[in-house]
Amino acid sequence: MKALELENISKRYFLGEGRATSLRDLIGRFTGGNKHVKSREIWALRQVSFSVEQGETLGIIGHNGAGKSTLLKILSRITRPTSGKGTIYGRVGSLLEVGTGFHNELTGRENIYLNGAILGMRRSEIEAKFDEIVAFSELEKFLDTPVKHYSSGMYMRLAFAIAAHLEPEILIVDEVLAVGDINFQRKCLAKMRDVGDSGRTVIFVSHDMQAVTRLCKRAIWLRGGEVVRDAAAAETVAEYLHEQSQTGAERHWPDNESAPGNDIVRLLAVRVCDESGKTISAADIRRPVFIEMTYRVLAGGKVLVPNLHFFNEQGVCIFISHDWFSGWRDRPRETGIYLSRVKIPGNFLSEGWIYVGAAISTYKPLSVHFAEWDAVTFNVIDTMEGDTARGDYAGVLPGIVRPVLDWTTESSGI
Amino acid sequence: MLYFLTYRDIAVRYKQTIIGAAWVLLQPLVSTLILTVIFSAFSRFETAPAPYPVFVLSGILVWLFVYGAVTTASNSFTGNVNLVTKVYFPRLIVPLAATFAAAFDFIVALPVLAVFFIYFGVSLPSGVFIAPLFLFFILVQTAAFGIMFSALNVRYRDVKFALPFFLQIWMLASPVFYPVSLVPEKWRLLFALNPLTGLIEGWRAALFGFDFDWLLVGVSTASAIFLFILSIAVFRGMEDDFADDI
Repeated sequence: MKALELENISKRYFLGEGRATSLRDLIGRFTGGNKHVKSREIWALRQVSFSVEQGETLGIIGHNGAGKSTLLKILSRITRPTSGKGTIYGRVGSLLEVGTGFHNELTGRENIYLNGAILGMRRSEIEAKFDEIVAFSELEKFLDTPVKHYSSGMYMRLAFAIAAHLEPEILIVDEVLAVGDINFQRKCLAKMRDVGDSGRTVIFVSHDMQAVTRLCKRAIWLRGGEVVRDAAAAETVAEYLHEQSQTGAERHWPDNESAPGNDIVRLLAVRVCDESGKTISAADIRRPVFIEMTYRVLAGGKVLVPNLHFFNEQGVCIFISHDWFSGWRDRPRETGIYLSRVKIPGNFLSEGWIYVGAAISTYKPLSVHFAEWDAVTFNVIDTMEGDTARGDYAGVLPGIVRPVLDWTTESSGI
Repeated sequence: MLYFLTYRDIAVRYKQTIIGAAWVLLQPLVSTLILTVIFSAFSRFETAPAPYPVFVLSGILVWLFVYGAVTTASNSFTGNVNLVTKVYFPRLIVPLAATFAAAFDFIVALPVLAVFFIYFGVSLPSGVFIAPLFLFFILVQTAAFGIMFSALNVRYRDVKFALPFFLQIWMLASPVFYPVSLVPEKWRLLFALNPLTGLIEGWRAALFGFDFDWLLVGVSTASAIFLFILSIAVFRGMEDDFADDI
């Protein structure tokens, strides 16, 4: 069953003085005397069509100004499309901001009722959930204090506690997670997962790609108001990141003096690929990743050991690997082009960006022919399908590796 | 939701004020005092059998309600931008809540009128039971102006500047501190197009036992209803664009 359906939704905005915003403009327009009215129109959305099934969790990603917020505003009926048709089946709760309508002079208790009502809860619903909301916010002691005396953290906690207890059939969330500390974000993510798991529809806009892949099964990428990609979340995110990344998953050095290397060996290319040999910038945490190094040996007779260095987003060296077991560790190279390839198993790297440095060394005596840091990068994505090391846990999972390990637990009785 | 927004508007007004509700009483009292002094000194209006202070207070209470309601309702969207751009709900609730909050003040101030009645020894006529009917239509016409201006204010900020001016003229054109009998007979029906004319007149007639000028009351009531329908139509036509215009 469909939760919502959009057909060719377009939205036009006028920039500058396109629209009469004061009587002077209006009068000017009627009399034709106001010639300086210049309207620059902007299409925030163009012919956007998609439908969402009930119980589906959909992520919407894209650069700033890609039309994400406009789309959310149309979905939550705050504004109407210029053309096109949208149908929504069910009660919509939208969280484009937490704490909408909060009034500083009012107490926490009063604001719970007020904000709940603004978000569309009936009085009986708020009363039924009042204690739960208070417990979730951990603000029992400050319930009768005006919120202007709250710290910003307390304010956010209360606001989110109310929003979290909203039970619409379709929940629309915009970047709410961008604020608050790690614990708070974790709480938000877990709560949103609960909503999704309970069979309700969630539409989630975020710049946090990890959150999108973790929460959503499907994602839509908007660019310039148009849908570029509508596919499984990991796939859409991967393509989006690929377009964004500067270093990229593949890098070539034309065979000349400027390439990393010396008179003995020069680097030609490094790339990240999957099992099929396709270059990838995002890797499913469960699948193996391959790094390929192409290099030209200019002077024969030396033993060369290619080695790769892996760093995470914090710059921590995760591990170093060199070609020790393929039979080249004591075999002098002849001139020519070589391709070395290493397989990194699935369920090993932790999620996030991995920066790969490529080098070639000779050990006896030790010399480094070149070491190219940040040669390539790729993003490891932990899906939330339950079969990764993460399991169903939606929160932050620290650690520089994330292996799936064998566990046994035995009960010894009493 | 209408209830909670009204509650918010009322609660916020009384918080952080030292004398709280007393402001609601002080305003009409001071106005009454000033007007009584001025008009006793210069000219005397024929308001018998009602003493002028009671007569003028009954008008001032209504006017302060209209003034407060129209002012707060007109700014209800521009003062709550996030309510418009971040969340959806029937927009009409916002100016209505502002109007009801002002109506609450009116009710709080009503005992002052009762005290005046007792102090000046004015007895209530048998027709007083229809007074609430006039108050109801006053509420309707006030809501109409509040709704209309709140919508226009979203797109045309001129409203903010024009409003105090408009209210000033409106007060002078309404029988707040003078009786309608002051207006020449031939102009009265034109005057009645201002819904406040017939409605204040009717409200006073019910309070003091004057003869009802049913034609005047009828024209004003019709005008109030027409304005209400018109304001809803204007509002409906504009509300979809609020989030973009504000």
